[in-house]
Amino acid sequence: MRNRIFTAETRRRGVFLNKNRVRLVAFFFSASLCLGGLFSAAAQSDGSQQNKTGRAGTFAIVNARVVTVSGAVIENGTVVIQDGKIVAVGASVNIPSNAEKIDGKGLSVYPGMIDAGTNLGLAEIGQGANATMDVAETGTQNANAKAILAVNPHSSHVNVTRVNGITTVQTYPSGGLIAGQSAVINLNGSTQAEMAVVSAEGLVINFPRIATFGGFNPGVGPQVIEFNDAVKRRDTQIDELKKTFKSAENYGRAKDAYAKDKSLPYPATDLRLEALVPYVRGQRPIIFTVERERDIRAVARFVADMKVKGIIVGGQEAWKAADELKKNNIAVIYTNIYNLPVRDDDSYDYLYEAPSKLQQAGVRFAISTGDGGAEVRDLPYQAGIAGAFGLSKEDALKSVTLYPAQILGVDDRLGSIEVGKMANIVVTDGDLLEPRTNIKYLFIGGRLLALTSRHTELFDSFKDRKESNQPLP
Amino acid sequence: MKTLTSIFIVLLLGLATLAQTRNEVLIKNATVLTAIHGTLENTDILIRDGKIAKIGKNLAAGGSAKIIDATGKFISPGIIDCHSHTMMDAINEGSLSVTSMTRIRDVLNPTDIAIYRALAGGVTTANLLHGSANAIGGQNSTVKFKFGHPIEDFMIPDAPPGIKFAMGENPKRSSQTFQPGQTPRYPRTRMGTLEVMRDAFVRARDYKQAWDDYKAKKTKVPPRRDIELEPIVEILEGKRLVHAHGYRSDEHLNLMLLADEFGFKVATLQHGLEAYKIAPEIARRGTGVSIFADSWSYKLEAYDSIPYNAYILWKNGVVVSINSDSDERMRRLNLDAAKMMKYGGVPEEEALKMVTLNPAKQLGIDKRTGSIEVGKDADIVIWSAHPFSVYSHADMTLIEGDVYFDRSNDIQKRPEIAKEREALEKMDINKAPASGATSPRIPSEKRTEERDEAEYGDNR
Repeated sequence: MRNRIFTAETRRRGVFLNKNRVRLVAFFFSASLCLGGLFSAAAQSDGSQQNKTGRAGTFAIVNARVVTVSGAVIENGTVVIQDGKIVAVGASVNIPSNAEKIDGKGLSVYPGMIDAGTNLGLAEIGQGANATMDVAETGTQNANAKAILAVNPHSSHVNVTRVNGITTVQTYPSGGLIAGQSAVINLNGSTQAEMAVVSAEGLVINFPRIATFGGFNPGVGPQVIEFNDAVKRRDTQIDELKKTFKSAENYGRAKDAYAKDKSLPYPATDLRLEALVPYVRGQRPIIFTVERERDIRAVARFVADMKVKGIIVGGQEAWKAADELKKNNIAVIYTNIYNLPVRDDDSYDYLYEAPSKLQQAGVRFAISTGDGGAEVRDLPYQAGIAGAFGLSKEDALKSVTLYPAQILGVDDRLGSIEVGKMANIVVTDGDLLEPRTNIKYLFIGGRLLALTSRHTELFDSFKDRKESNQPLP
Repeated sequence: MKTLTSIFIVLLLGLATLAQTRNEVLIKNATVLTAIHGTLENTDILIRDGKIAKIGKNLAAGGSAKIIDATGKFISPGIIDCHSHTMMDAINEGSLSVTSMTRIRDVLNPTDIAIYRALAGGVTTANLLHGSANAIGGQNSTVKFKFGHPIEDFMIPDAPPGIKFAMGENPKRSSQTFQPGQTPRYPRTRMGTLEVMRDAFVRARDYKQAWDDYKAKKTKVPPRRDIELEPIVEILEGKRLVHAHGYRSDEHLNLMLLADEFGFKVATLQHGLEAYKIAPEIARRGTGVSIFADSWSYKLEAYDSIPYNAYILWKNGVVVSINSDSDERMRRLNLDAAKMMKYGGVPEEEALKMVTLNPAKQLGIDKRTGSIEVGKDADIVIWSAHPFSVYSHADMTLIEGDVYFDRSNDIQKRPEIAKEREALEKMDINKAPASGATSPRIPSEKRTEERDEAEYGDNR
């Protein structure tokens, strides 16, 4: 149903059953199909949303229930926003005289939600408008592909998502082995620079896995790879990945050496290796897309061997490898709430319960939609479902606010309502994770935003339409 | 004396049978969302022989009745999914543009685990539709999820028959060829799709005329039976429901105009993501619309889909249902319904109807299911909290008074299942090939995400 087709994992699963999916994947990797170009003008940009980047100012939300997430709930509190930041939070705080007051009576104030696993802005329309798709670069080695440079600030997904209380996402490319670099963006801004919180966040690697499914031949059916061969193939791929990492390390050393001593031969610049350097040195995290226990354990070994920082996206069976994840300080961005259990004998709530199992095992985690963009707005409900199956309501909320901020290393700026943090704030008439709750006010970077989107505009255009009863002439 | 004893035994047996058929279940002290007469607090429901016998306070039941204490819990009617492809071993017969002769009934698998998972999400009934590869697809089946029973028991005996139609991208893309030299299938455009439908109705009208003439003894030779046209004649006679897949409002309107011309009513516009643009036209014809709560942008023709669709249609008096078209999504239709309160402001009971009574109406089974009313089938879900709360889950799902899902039982059985799995994994035949420290071989991955896909792609 969802745009999940853009993530590597679902693509792998999807192709098994669907020739069309195979064709779709073929679309991704064959740049020659030009049909999509016909649609690009219509779909690429939602012009009506441009320049709706809100209004800056000094704001005081008063008499509200303030759910700080990092600390206690303040029942009758005030939050003051100035210069894009939260400058005061508490039961009794000084309100600047120039502040625009917002009556928060009966309302709750939350930090904006963060979805740490999306392709938002890189993927507008999955089928039939290929020119709007910038998720998967061709080839397997794309460390230098940067999501931030392809995010469409005017994608209609931006507004549709933020009016549901999601103010920040990590967006990443998905294709090939080394897919490229993710970005953390706020869902507001007319340019990529205005949106960016972190322009180069993590390096996405679709970690080699033991795959016994070898593709789908139209008219023939799925091709099965013998298990031992699949293991060997996986091992070879991991060895190659390690070699690439070593090359990047050597490249970095050569560059550093030359910087210090210009008498050395100049090492030619290689954009792909250059992009890898901060990641192989453990300065920035590597985001591994991986689902199953055996593959997750392989990631943990890889992280330990290569001495890199790891984050897992997917993580269906991550709780089973909790020991190794904890040992190697690997956090999990869990994207499997809206998925069916893989095996028939898995309990029906197997994937709903996984976050609570991660929590119990002491693994750092966040809940994410893993979506291409259009359905990222369901993030609160996905967290809420985990809350119905073992996770406490508090942790369900944290799993889409503070926890993703911590995992992405932006918790100094985002994820809770604390003085000094960026004013990404959502004011609601109820529990943030409940589908019946309405968003009443929305701030991103301290700017008060209109609660409009492509959807509200179409709604306004048609809600009162009367029948014209005019037949064809 | 012997005779007397025999009579006594026969009587006893008779009573026992009687007691069995007069099976009673009493659900006590719940908050009941009736989906027709509002919400009833602290209310009991007495079920007898699979039907709702009484609704009220402090109800009494016979000594053998099964008592379920639902204090603090919520009850809703069983959820009905008006667009599903679950438990189907095939979805599209995509070789022809008109496959009205094919029947979903022939490809149903009653052991599909997706059924159980749907029950765990409170779903009791589904409209199982042919895929959307063809302008006129196959005949659908309306079933109840009596998991564990033979397929015959799934069928709702008095459910009117139906058929799938499809317009737009899906039948269009089914024209593409896979091998060089292959002739593309007609149609390839929206123009052609409508002409395929028109042609079928014209042929069906002629076919019906031929039979009418024969029956009126105007002709002596019976016409040759045509199993392609028979279901289409039933549409013309108002005996078969048309469930028409489509997205763009113009094509749905054109189908309704075609139906006007041939004198029948389209039962449901399926998906109908742009139906809000022609809500008055739909309302006037009494056509239902079965939509996604809020899916959009996954394909070009879904780009104008808005989550306010249900609200606008409801406001215009259209019977709206929220469907899943997905084994995954089917499990959370209660939350999809809840969203309709947020997007536009559909009242709570009207939102609940969109996954219960309204789909029942659209499928012509509202006399027996879709709401909590005396006399209806006891298709009931007991929820841990209000089913519109994200923190709720189904505790029990009953169909005709029988429990098909019981969360506490499910949890209780898990260690046993885990043990069995472990034992199976240890058997030589299931061990992974000699491959060092890898885990045991796991059954190949099955269709995990969307079932609405087949030879010609997914059917959204």
